[in-house]
Amino acid sequence: MALAEATLVKPKASSDDIVMRAGIAVVLILLALFVAAPLWTLLSKSFHNADDKWVGLDNYIRYVSTPALMQSLWNSLWISLLTTAIVVPLAFVYAYALTRAMLPGKALFQAVALIPILAPSLLPAMSMIYLFGNQGMLKQLLGGGEIYGAGGIVASQVFYCFPHVLMILVTALSMADQRLYEAAEALGASRWRIFWTVTLPGARYGLISAIFVCFTLVLTDFGIAKVIGGQFNVLATDVYKQVIGQQNFEMGAVVGLILLAPAVLSFFADRYAQKRQVSLLSARAVPYAPKRQRGRDALLFVFCLVIAGLILVIIGIAGWASLIKRWPYNLSLTLANYDFENFDPTGWGPLWTSLKMAALAAAIGAIAIFTAAWLLEKSRGFHLVRNLVQFLATLPMAVPGLVLGLGYIFFFNSPSNPLNFLYGTLAILVINTMAHFYTVAHVTAVTALKQLDAEFEAVSASLKVPLPVTFVRVTVPICLPAILDIFVYLFANAMTTVSAVIFLYAAETKLASIAVISMDESGFNAAAAAMAMCIVFVSLATRLLHLLLERTVLAKLQRWRKR
Amino acid sequence: MPYLEVDRVTKRFGMFTALEAVSLSIERGEFVCFLGPSGCGKTTLLRAIAGLDPQTSGTIRQDGRDVSALPPSERDFGIVFQSYALFPNLSVADNVGYGLKSRRKPAAEIKARVSELLALVGLPTQGEKYPAQLSGGQQQRVALARALATSPGLLLLDEPLSALDARVRARLRGEIRGLQRRLGVTTIMVTHDQEEALTMADRIVVMNHGRIDQIGTPEEIYGKPASAFVADFVGSMNFLTGRVAGPGRITLGDGLAIDCSHTMTPGSEIRVCLRPEDVQVRGITENTANRFPVTIAELEFLGSFCRATLRASAPEVTLTADFSINLMRDLNVGVGKTLDIALPADRLRVFAGEAAG
Repeated sequence: MALAEATLVKPKASSDDIVMRAGIAVVLILLALFVAAPLWTLLSKSFHNADDKWVGLDNYIRYVSTPALMQSLWNSLWISLLTTAIVVPLAFVYAYALTRAMLPGKALFQAVALIPILAPSLLPAMSMIYLFGNQGMLKQLLGGGEIYGAGGIVASQVFYCFPHVLMILVTALSMADQRLYEAAEALGASRWRIFWTVTLPGARYGLISAIFVCFTLVLTDFGIAKVIGGQFNVLATDVYKQVIGQQNFEMGAVVGLILLAPAVLSFFADRYAQKRQVSLLSARAVPYAPKRQRGRDALLFVFCLVIAGLILVIIGIAGWASLIKRWPYNLSLTLANYDFENFDPTGWGPLWTSLKMAALAAAIGAIAIFTAAWLLEKSRGFHLVRNLVQFLATLPMAVPGLVLGLGYIFFFNSPSNPLNFLYGTLAILVINTMAHFYTVAHVTAVTALKQLDAEFEAVSASLKVPLPVTFVRVTVPICLPAILDIFVYLFANAMTTVSAVIFLYAAETKLASIAVISMDESGFNAAAAAMAMCIVFVSLATRLLHLLLERTVLAKLQRWRKR
Repeated sequence: MPYLEVDRVTKRFGMFTALEAVSLSIERGEFVCFLGPSGCGKTTLLRAIAGLDPQTSGTIRQDGRDVSALPPSERDFGIVFQSYALFPNLSVADNVGYGLKSRRKPAAEIKARVSELLALVGLPTQGEKYPAQLSGGQQQRVALARALATSPGLLLLDEPLSALDARVRARLRGEIRGLQRRLGVTTIMVTHDQEEALTMADRIVVMNHGRIDQIGTPEEIYGKPASAFVADFVGSMNFLTGRVAGPGRITLGDGLAIDCSHTMTPGSEIRVCLRPEDVQVRGITENTANRFPVTIAELEFLGSFCRATLRASAPEVTLTADFSINLMRDLNVGVGKTLDIALPADRLRVFAGEAAG
């Protein structure tokens, strides 16, 4: 029987498909403009000279043959390693105490440990100076030593990195299967043996992740080295000096790319580790319930008390110093340091600018990034473009703020760029902040979207309801908590970030975190501390407001979750 | 003209062929079940019919219209998923009215239609609740009402009952079937549960490895399975190996010749199938064909009947038979007892030896 060949089917795009593809195309263009293009310009700059002539590897050769620059590279590496070696074990014990032991006040310990996230990285460095600097209260404790330099950087970095590492390890350690422990106990394994054969292997991917995250944080942080580094140069300060100080853009680009290399490496290592960590826990696992062990619990309690105490002291010192007339000679209290007009002509302006910038970045970012994630997750076909968008959405995670900021100057400051008008505006700060923190926001949105029933869109199509309607009526209301999380995340980071925006602000768009640096540079330490505390207060207020909203408005809107 | 025609539909995922040139047609108002083990392609076929995952090649015609390339929104169907996919943030009434609202109908009309539908599925007072406050069976009915709200020409049900417990499932089977009869809506249900398919469907499409093995009424599928796979998948079945002796004759095991109609060439290896309830025990005489003695090796009590494992020495075969409680009493059946059984020639089905799974 001769059968005609069955015809190949070319599915016709629905109006929904067309709308969504257009949306994804817009997302692609925006990500290409604000993530890919600046990085590409940076890369290309490192192979050109000041007259924009191709010079191949000349800049790199010059870099390697400049002893001062190589010294910074070495400094950066060993400081990052040392900090990681201190922070990870401390945070591991702290996380172990929070997840595996019976302590009173666990929630409080956790909250206190996360406080440093609310502050710009400069704050611990300033506190260190108040304690051990030239006019430090405890300067004698150092003997003849100096806080300005490697010691001060490491001490401040430990404080700054601790909460970031702690969060990863708490997650890793709370994903434990009670049944494994019961099996080990039934087999007569000692506590030590259980720790080495069950606990540690269970958390190993979390540990790997924590090590890389910590290393990258220290390596790419700019604020601490700027404030307390003194004559001790690191990669991050080199970039700043080359670009802002010496206007040597090519060398700045080279240092930026060197900074990018370990960050990219640790980004991939971290992703590998995260993937493994998740798959460890099956759906059938029984969550771990800690048991009381008096001796161990008492030791851990004292340990947590000491760490939490130190954190409070360091935050407290900055807060206290901001209220002191003349440190350390006249310790009477005053609010004069908050009278910013006396120290910087912009006065309170930077704080308002920061608030405005953070609010814009958070509002626009939460809506745009969530919508983009939805387009990416729920559209059909269009594979090449979607994969490209997916890649560009994860790229910012691997790019240190300083490097992205540098890319932005090179790209947007070029007179031939039609987007040049953005340079020096608040808009570019908002855009840069959204791009810099895009990945975490994107992942949060995708995680929330993946929890939705995969057939909502199919049902909607069968009922002939356009997908955008279902997006507004169903998807957004269900994902409201995640959208709010994204908003708060972007807002908090926009308030404290320094590294990317340091290259991009103009006189009238100076941000609070930059005002801290500039007042500190001008010697107004107390005013700088006061401004830093203002940032802490804003961040703290945001978190509390978030909590309040979750308990009241959101709980009301999400009534339908109740059984 | 059939309401739905599927013509040589093939679906490939890369190198994997999920559907291989599948053809079938469904009449208006029919209730058809796609039955098969997981991975047989039944859901793939359903999703191709809906346009959710369009086929690679082949044609699908619905109500005379070629819908092969159309997106789901331009086809005419309502669908109920295994997960129900109810919108959790909308009330039951809003879920049911979801498709009506975007058709710009007056609010009063929508309201009337929604209460009509809720009454139809037996939930007239639950409209204000949210899905999370309903039981699984109630959620399933809301999903059904939502799918029916826009009066689609075709109702697609993707394993709609498999998330429910046995008692609710049995009740809903009857309810869905009754509703479908009353509305006369052409319906396709995907299921891996043969009992569900046998009790609900007008016709069953049995699928295996991306192909259709048999299409027929429940009686045909059960009584005259077209392949060893169908025979094995639907109901319980004895499989005995044998060889074709000649026209109308086969030998079982190591040599018992029995009567049996078949179309195989002499000498070929075969598998002979017989339902456990078709093993003959009563009224056996010297003249009964296909008769041989067996010993009862095991008895499994299953409530209204017993499943017996029977061993025969010549031919050396083991088979199961269902004995009613009555018969057990009458014949005084017990483990170790020997009795004569016969294999009714008209109940035996013969398949080629290799093909069976």
